[in-house]
Amino acid sequence: MNSQNKLLVSHAPFWHIGTAVPARHYNTIIAALPAILMGLSVFGVPALAVMSMSIASAIGWELIYTKIAKRPNTLGDGHAVMIGTIFGMLLPATLPWWAVVTGTFVAIFIGKQIFGGIGSNPFNPAVLALAIISISWKNHLDFDAQLVHFNFDFNAAHPLVALKAFGPEVVQGYSLTQLFLGQQVGGIGSTCGLALIIGGLYLIIRGFVRWEIPFAFILGLFITATLFHMAAPERFAGPMFHLLTGYTLIGAFFLATEDATSPVYPLPMLLYGALGGIMTILIRNIGSYPDGIIYAILVINLINPLVDKIRPKAIGKVA
Amino acid sequence: MLSKPFFGYTQPKFQYELLSTKLPRPAITTQPATVTLLLPREMGPNPSPILKPGVKVRTGQRLTWDENPGPAVVSSVTGTITGISAHLGDYGRKFTAIAIAVDPKDDWDKQFAETRGDLTLQALTAHLTGAPGAPPLETIANATRPIETIVIYGGDTDLLVDTNLYVLKSQTAAIEQGIKTLKKVTGVERIIMMVPGDSFQNFDGHFGADVRAVPNSYPQGQPLMIYYRLFGRILEQGQTFEGQGVVFMRAEAVASIGKAVTDGRVPMEKIVTVVDKQGQKKVFAARIGTPVGNLLKAMNITLADRDRLIFGGPMTGTAVYSEELPVLPDTDAILVQDSHDVVLSSDYPCINCGECVRICPANVGVNVLVRYLEAGQYQEGANLYDLYSCVECGLCSLVCVARIPILQYIKLAKFELAREVPAEEENE
Ligand code: SF4
Ligand code: SF4
Repeated sequence: MNSQNKLLVSHAPFWHIGTAVPARHYNTIIAALPAILMGLSVFGVPALAVMSMSIASAIGWELIYTKIAKRPNTLGDGHAVMIGTIFGMLLPATLPWWAVVTGTFVAIFIGKQIFGGIGSNPFNPAVLALAIISISWKNHLDFDAQLVHFNFDFNAAHPLVALKAFGPEVVQGYSLTQLFLGQQVGGIGSTCGLALIIGGLYLIIRGFVRWEIPFAFILGLFITATLFHMAAPERFAGPMFHLLTGYTLIGAFFLATEDATSPVYPLPMLLYGALGGIMTILIRNIGSYPDGIIYAILVINLINPLVDKIRPKAIGKVA
Repeated sequence: MLSKPFFGYTQPKFQYELLSTKLPRPAITTQPATVTLLLPREMGPNPSPILKPGVKVRTGQRLTWDENPGPAVVSSVTGTITGISAHLGDYGRKFTAIAIAVDPKDDWDKQFAETRGDLTLQALTAHLTGAPGAPPLETIANATRPIETIVIYGGDTDLLVDTNLYVLKSQTAAIEQGIKTLKKVTGVERIIMMVPGDSFQNFDGHFGADVRAVPNSYPQGQPLMIYYRLFGRILEQGQTFEGQGVVFMRAEAVASIGKAVTDGRVPMEKIVTVVDKQGQKKVFAARIGTPVGNLLKAMNITLADRDRLIFGGPMTGTAVYSEELPVLPDTDAILVQDSHDVVLSSDYPCINCGECVRICPANVGVNVLVRYLEAGQYQEGANLYDLYSCVECGLCSLVCVARIPILQYIKLAKFELAREVPAEEENE
């Protein structure tokens, strides 16, 4: 009973909806483009150099790893490019090339590959890398010190650093509209709230990111900041200021939502996001770091496997 | 064949086919030149003298390997045996393939007609297990625990398939007779007839069975899903439906029983939905054992290299390797897929996107389960991540971004665990 044709024999189901891993990553990069372009327009050529270096070196490390580990080449899935892009977006435009390269090394080798590669990383690789290099080279990650030779036509002090140093009066010196439009000092791709929201909504509408995480993140941050502000307005800035400064929006839409490190069930997603928002404000208001996002995200990455255990009962399971 | 819409936020939803009220007559295929019957046992020593090339068989004649009690198959044609060979089915099931060159004119065997006077479960089992719809009479006869409930599903379990709903709508009288007969010979009082929700009104109360509606969305017609709907339970590791006192039957199987009783002949014509590469469908009535290629020819379907030929529907069917394979009693549909529409699965790891979790009708934690299964830790998957809650609908594989063959892993895990159980018992 053999056919004259060589038929393809495989297992059910015989349909696939057509989604693929690379599309997810490339769409995330597309969603990041508006914010990157805004950053490039504000910080100019040095920003372009840092972004390029970050993406190129991330690709390079991925290639080197797959060669050393004798794994199939995974560049085509876009994950390394995406990590490079997101990492670059968090950096100051002046970061020296060797720090960028070290950062992507940490992201790709330590953040991703040694845990087993894509899908197995316990922390968001870009966030982990930033945490490590900002501890290692504090000065290079000090936006105010680094961008001092730049001429900006807006208040050129990092809003959160200024807030930490001088208290909520400094908030008067910033216009919320300007902050929203990216007229502030910060990471290359993390300053323009408008562009980040556009990118985030794109990802949500296309189904690459679930609304629960950004929504809960922003809500958690907003409510916590409001409570602090109401309790002691002379010590703590208002919620809008927190929302529009630092890594808040890139954190909500691009960092906290990373696939491997975020939950998949609705309630856990809400808890996870909210906790991230709350942690951020706690670190900003009572911790010693001006911007808490990076550490808040590492913390929620850590609790992800725990919260994701809260899941609906499978059918037939009574207990 | 399917693609994700630009707005990817919502989940895809699938409805079963609902036939229009005007039923087409099934296209009857021309008599095939040869048929192949699959006797559900492996070849052994001392075959009966009937099972030899050159022997003439009559339509409806019972063929067994030897005189000892064992499985039988009923010849669907009159003709001459041309070959006996071994055939390996899915999951290692062994068959004996009997090829028969067909005579143009049927010469009906009388044996079944003679038993009609006193119908027993044994008599029905002997002749009807290979009838269209594959009535699970053997299961009822051999169950270690008495069967309490027979569940007849009047719809189709997979997408695109029209077969059982077609039978339900076009052979109402036969089904009624079948239910009556079933009650009499099995003594089972509780017969539940599940029909797809939207065709419910027309059927209420006719059948002498407890008629209930099933929602018309996939995978509500999957047996495991129906079982859960009816009994609020799932099958645990190592359990079977019959071990729980329940037997599932296709509507077509019940119709076969009814027809056999009315006509005094074992029915031979299997209803098959054939779907071509463009998704055009036709319902055929074909002799059991007809090579699938005959049906394809009747629909002007030509196969090319790397096309896929599927027995059953797109979500749960089985891909086969040859168009020479015969239409079987349970072949409800034949689906042909062009090589361009084939999406291959991959060995890429799970990226934890959660699409599978959100689409799973059984709330299985697929994203974690698949990690256990990939690592071969089937028992852990069963204990911690609800392997046995899975109703095997395939939706998770359908949406998996990493294109992991999740359903394949799940079935393999269940299969391996089931194999382990007897091994452990032996060791005790
Ligand atoms: S695990 Fe997959 S195949 Fe099983 S019920 Fe859920 S979606 Fe269907
Ligand atoms: S759909 Fe596939 S890649 Fe996504 S979580 Fe499920 S198994 Fe993992």
